[in-house]
Formats: sequence, structure tokens, C-alpha cells
Amino acid sequence: MSRHWRTLMGTLGRFVSTPLATLVTISVMGIALSLPAGLYLLLSNLGQASSSLETQAQISLFLKPESGKNGQNQIEQKLKRHAEIKTFRFVGRDQALKELSASNGLGDLAAGLPNNPLPDAFIITARDNDADQLDKLRLEISQWPGVEAAELDSAWARRLNAMLDLGQQLTFMLAILLAFGLVAGMGNIIRLQILTRLDEIEVSKLIGATDRFIRLPFLYHGALQGLLGGLAGWGIITLGAQLLNLSVTRLSNLYGSNFQLEGLALADAAALLGFSAILGWVGAYIAVSHFLRHFQRSHH
Amino acid sequence: MITLSQVCKRYPGGYEALKDISFSIEKGEMVFVTGHSGAGKSTLLNLIAAIEPPSSGSIIINGQNLSQLRPAAVPFLRRNFGLIFQDHKLLYDRNVFNNVMLPLEITGFDRNEAGKRARAALDKVGLLEREKAMPIALSGGEQQRLCIARAIVHRPSILLADEPTGNLDSAYASEIFEMFKSFNQVGVTVIIVTHDERLIERFGERTLHLQHGALTA
Repeated sequence: MSRHWRTLMGTLGRFVSTPLATLVTISVMGIALSLPAGLYLLLSNLGQASSSLETQAQISLFLKPESGKNGQNQIEQKLKRHAEIKTFRFVGRDQALKELSASNGLGDLAAGLPNNPLPDAFIITARDNDADQLDKLRLEISQWPGVEAAELDSAWARRLNAMLDLGQQLTFMLAILLAFGLVAGMGNIIRLQILTRLDEIEVSKLIGATDRFIRLPFLYHGALQGLLGGLAGWGIITLGAQLLNLSVTRLSNLYGSNFQLEGLALADAAALLGFSAILGWVGAYIAVSHFLRHFQRSHH
Repeated sequence: MITLSQVCKRYPGGYEALKDISFSIEKGEMVFVTGHSGAGKSTLLNLIAAIEPPSSGSIIINGQNLSQLRPAAVPFLRRNFGLIFQDHKLLYDRNVFNNVMLPLEITGFDRNEAGKRARAALDKVGLLEREKAMPIALSGGEQQRLCIARAIVHRPSILLADEPTGNLDSAYASEIFEMFKSFNQVGVTVIIVTHDERLIERFGERTLHLQHGALTA
């Protein structure tokens, strides 16, 4: 245990004694990590904003104003019998106005109206979530007597979700690519470290050091530098979110919303740090093992 | 303790450094290896310390056949040896004390106990007052003594010295040979490669003569 402690201290000492090189490495890692992590943050914020929207298979059915209580009852009977419909609820025009007033950004608009322009409506949830099926159902219902129009609520939310999915995939691919880049970069940094400590490695091997013993300080070096790079990346995206928030708040205020960019959640930040430390460790492990294989051969 | 039978060492290109070498060294013996330069003395030490493998023949150390040793077991074999190099191979980025600590760190010694042992080893070679000095500040003789302290600190059973007095004047040289003699007297097997015939005569120990890679009587 004391060896680990001394190795840790020795590695930190090395960082302090080569501040410029360490700083450059950490910034490069931080910037590289902040790209996918920042994208992830943006997407999860967008995802949160859109998840308050209903993405279920919902159809809004608007009644003609002249259909009255009778028409409403007839349609209700038809809805009850329809096999494709899971649930439905009636939203009267007064209630609809109330909901509208309470919703984001439209409160002022509703308050300014001289009288209620909204129709009575049914909100229908279908059994089948499939887009084609839903559209067929919508078309069928819209042709019932007494129906003004039927609209698929979820269409644009679905489109947004599909785009978010695409964004997530892109982020994932970017993260994988950068991970390879960081491992290779860390491998190179460790290779240079090895070259500055060749004497120590040679002597240690001659007097009975195992490969484990020789590897340890370099693994610490890689993992610690990775961790610091992760911290830098976290710092960059937190700062970025703060700066963006100034304009985001202004924009969302204009829409009467109080949407704000959230920073990385603690669990996500911990994952980022762990991930970057592991990348550094892996890069170091590959570099040292590669070196030791060749070293052994040249000494036999 | 050390047995070589029919050991040959050929290097790529066909150069034959050692030819059909067979001998045994008993536990607690002190042996000189001598010969002209290029006779294969250093190669012989390298084979015994498992730094190089022989091209053919077998080397048995403490009952272990080196050619059957897994690579992962080599470090543990090496801990039986104390190696003394002509060029010292000191680490110039740390002080005298920490140079001597290295073998104990490698074997995972308790830090306090290791410190005591390191100081005892430095005391034995007369460098205790210089424990905080950097190796670069030491004279040639002091550097060689530091190398010896590092070789004995983990109490090896076999001491292998390659031209330990090569760069030293004769007063220093005999002082260091006396030191080896005292280690031998407490039971350490000592093998010294040297071409200093006068010292060999003075100590009168068993001597292996190498000539063009072969042993001569």
C-alpha cells in the first residue's frame, strides 16, 4: 500500500516538475473530452425539454361547434365501441381555455381573447403506437359526422425524438473515435516518459524487478493524467453551459418559459472522470507492455 | 550452487563468445574469472545472471535450470544475485540513500526495515555520511562502493562483480577486494571478473581462465 502512495506522490511530483508539458496534455485531453460530453449535455437537455411533451399515440378530435350535446354523445358511443382506441377523455371548450392559459408562453395570449374561440374536443389514446396505423385511424375518425378535424399530436414530438436519437448516435460515434485518439495519444506520452526513465527500468530489471513493478508508475501517470484531463473537460463544458445560459435564458424568457441548460449531473460527471482515467490507464498499459516486450527481446 | 555444463554462446553472425564451458561453483566459494579482453568473461556473467540465454548447454542455479525458467520467474531468480557493474549503473536522479533502497523497494520490503538495512549497507562500504549526496558528486571509488552497497543490501546469496576495480587505482582496488573477501567470509558466494593478475595472486582463490571463449586449466 505504501508503494502505491509513494508512486502516487512521485507521479504528482513529476507533474509539478514539468508543469508546461502536463498542462498541455491535460488541456488537449480536456478539449477532446469536452466535445462528446458537451454534445451529450446538449442532447440530454433537449431530451428533458421534449419529454414533458406527450409522445404517446394521441389524437385530438375537434368537434364542429354546431354539433352540440347530442353530437358529442354520438361520438362518445362510437369511440367506446372502436377496437383501436384504448382510452379517451372529453375536454370541454372552457376547460381547454383554462389549460391553454396555464401552458407555457400562451397565457398572455389566452388572457387577451374577447371570447373563447376553442371547440369541444376528445383526446384519444390509441392501442397501436405504429405511425401508419395511427394515421389510418386519424383519417377514419376525421370523416365521422360532427367532427371538424382530427390531429395526430405526437407527430412532431416523434420527429424531434428521432432527431435526438440520431444526435445521440453521432455523439456515441464521436466519443468512440476520440477514445481511440486519446488512448493513442496517452500511449505516446507514456512512451516518452519511458524514454526519460530507461536507466531506472534497465537497472530495476537487472536487480529483479517484475514487469508489474515497472509498469506501476506509468499506469499511475496515465490514469492521473486522464483523470485531470476529464476534470478539465468537465470544467470546459460547465463553463460553456454557464456562458450559453445567458442567451438561453433570454431566449426562453421570450417564449414565456423558464427553460435553462443544466450542467452535467454528478453521476454523469463521475462517469466522465472514470472514463477518462480508464482511457489514460489503458494507453499507458499498452505503451509499457509494448515497450517491455521489445526490451526483453533486446536483452536476450 | 552454480553448475554450467557444455554451455555455448553464439551471437548472430556466427561469433562464438563461449565454447563448451563446464564448471561448478560450490556455495560459499570465492572464484575469479580472468582472461584477455574479448575472452567472454562478461558474457559468462550475463549467462549466470540470466541476462542472456545460452545457445546450448545448461545452467543450473540453486537447483533451477535457467532454460526451463518461465520469463515471469526470472525476476525472482535475479533476487538471489547481487550485481556489481564496471560502469556502476547508478541512478543519477536520486540520492545515495535512495539508490540503495531500490532493491528493497523491488522486493516489497517494509519501508522502516528497508531504511535500516540501507544504512547498514552504506555503513559497510563507508558511505553512511554521504547518504544524502547525489551520485554525480561522488568520486569514482565512492560510486563503485555505492554500487556494491546496492548489490548487498538485499543480502543476496551470490555476488557477481564485472571488473569491479577496472577504473580504480590499486589502493582503492585492494580495498574493494578486501570487502568482497569479507562478504565471502560470512557465506556469500562471490564471482569476480577481473584482469588484475596481481590481486588474484594475492588472494590465492580459485581462478577460471578464459581464452577465446574456452576454459583453460
